[in-house]
Amino acid sequence: MRRFILIAVPYLWLVALFLIPFVIVLKISLSDVALARPPYMPQLDFAAGWEGFKAFFAALDFENFWFLTTDDLYWKAYLSSLQIALTSTVITLLVGYPIAYAMARAAPEWRPTLLMLVILPFWTSFLIRVYAWMGILSNEGLLNQFLLWLGLINEPLTILNTNTAVYIGIVYTYLPFMILPIYSALERMDDSLLEAAEDLGCSRLSAFWLVTIPLSKNGIIAGCFLVFIPVIGEFVIPSLLGGSGTLMIGKVLWEEFFSNRDWPVASAVAVILLLILVIPIILFQRNEQKQREAEG
Amino acid sequence: MKRFSWFNATSLTLGFAFLYVPMIILVVYSFNASKLVTVWAGFSTQWYGELIRNEEFLNAAWVTIKVAVMSSTIATVLGTMAAYVLVRAGRFNGRTLFSGMIYAPLVMPEVITGLSLLLLFIGIGLDRGVLTIVLAHTTFSMCYVSVVVSSRLVSFDKSLEEAALDLGCSPFEAFRLVTLPIIAPAVISGWLLAFTLSLDDLVIASFTTGPSATTLPIKIFSAVRLGVSPEINALSTIMIAIVTVGVITASLITKQAAVRQARDERMAERPA
Repeated sequence: MRRFILIAVPYLWLVALFLIPFVIVLKISLSDVALARPPYMPQLDFAAGWEGFKAFFAALDFENFWFLTTDDLYWKAYLSSLQIALTSTVITLLVGYPIAYAMARAAPEWRPTLLMLVILPFWTSFLIRVYAWMGILSNEGLLNQFLLWLGLINEPLTILNTNTAVYIGIVYTYLPFMILPIYSALERMDDSLLEAAEDLGCSRLSAFWLVTIPLSKNGIIAGCFLVFIPVIGEFVIPSLLGGSGTLMIGKVLWEEFFSNRDWPVASAVAVILLLILVIPIILFQRNEQKQREAEG
Repeated sequence: MKRFSWFNATSLTLGFAFLYVPMIILVVYSFNASKLVTVWAGFSTQWYGELIRNEEFLNAAWVTIKVAVMSSTIATVLGTMAAYVLVRAGRFNGRTLFSGMIYAPLVMPEVITGLSLLLLFIGIGLDRGVLTIVLAHTTFSMCYVSVVVSSRLVSFDKSLEEAALDLGCSPFEAFRLVTLPIIAPAVISGWLLAFTLSLDDLVIASFTTGPSATTLPIKIFSAVRLGVSPEINALSTIMIAIVTVGVITASLITKQAAVRQARDERMAERPA
């Protein structure tokens, strides 16, 4: 009995507040917009019994999904979300790897402090970290002032409200997600392997390519997924740092819902976003599982 | 140590500069006398004064703290239960679905979680406000809590629990007297994580709130959309200061606890 309650309470909570909402999204994505509250139809009429059910299912269709394919705004938004996520993952890897590498090579008594310095931004508000860049990247911002002072440019660059600002914001906020798994892979590495490689005639650089990189492969893969997956649905960064030309699906969904009040289309956008995410999520889970099996 | 080269020193310096300089600039400019955030006009604490007199921000801060305390506490209870189920309850019908529902919210885009919960609340006719944000925050943060707690439970020696049961404890007593004290650090860090996630959340709160409850992130977001403002810098500085003090204190405490535990274990292992 106790065991039953222990299982049932969190189980039912998640069914009620995670699974059922999901089914509702799916259902509304198949509904039509209506000038009513709530602004979609059909509504399930329980009082009408079986006939009500039949009428309800008969009125559901894939019209909203057709609509998404006809308006190229949505295609472009999905593609550009994927492209922005991919590019920023690569940049984050290039920035994060040297940092993780240097941390793993630092003296052991320094490592906990360095680790804490990477984790600290995690606990600081995401919104504030994105906001910090607004003041730096604006036309009169510190970056432009600095570059003008150096004499590298003659007039301020427009960075804020462009995709460049979005990339900077993503790399900045997601960098710890990349550093931590790579660091934990590199930290476990046995240094004698590098010495062996060098004794056997490898140069330092080729020892790095042939030994260090393959041994940190799992960390790299985990870090990349940890950046790539959440960035696809990112909303805060494109809406604060991006401009009108920045198309990302999280922002489109938000606007479809709050500005256009088109719930069925917003739901359809959400369903497709989820379908896109399923593939990287499954790949990520597999990688994690493989790693666990290798360790266990 | 011998491989610690100039290259490594440079990448550490540049990396940490990249992580910290923007925040330092944010903090410095919160003490700027000028309304223009980009021009330095001397030291002043006037923005802090205006912040304290700004009722809207104070109200929002209060709502945010209330939501965070409630949701993280419920999430810690539910998340610990869920972790216990995942690690200890063995097989039961629907176990795969259960573990799926624990891990899925961790990778779910916030816009989708927010949208789906809003549609649920409207569907069942629940008035949106503090209660609905608490429900929403509890749901996603309990999953984080259960991941943190279950990783501790996995590494925990089950025979201790069995010993307690053999010595006549009820399962609940065994949990309270043996398991809970051992997993307590994980439960506490789970609570802290849930608390911060709730404090930080903009997207899910925006979807699930109504006109009666505005949280601090919602307030900051609507202010910041119009551009940079020194009041927001002051507010950010206060939040950064609280987090920094909190994280440093927590890490010192866990360090001490680890030292104490290592000493106790050595004592226990010493032959009588």
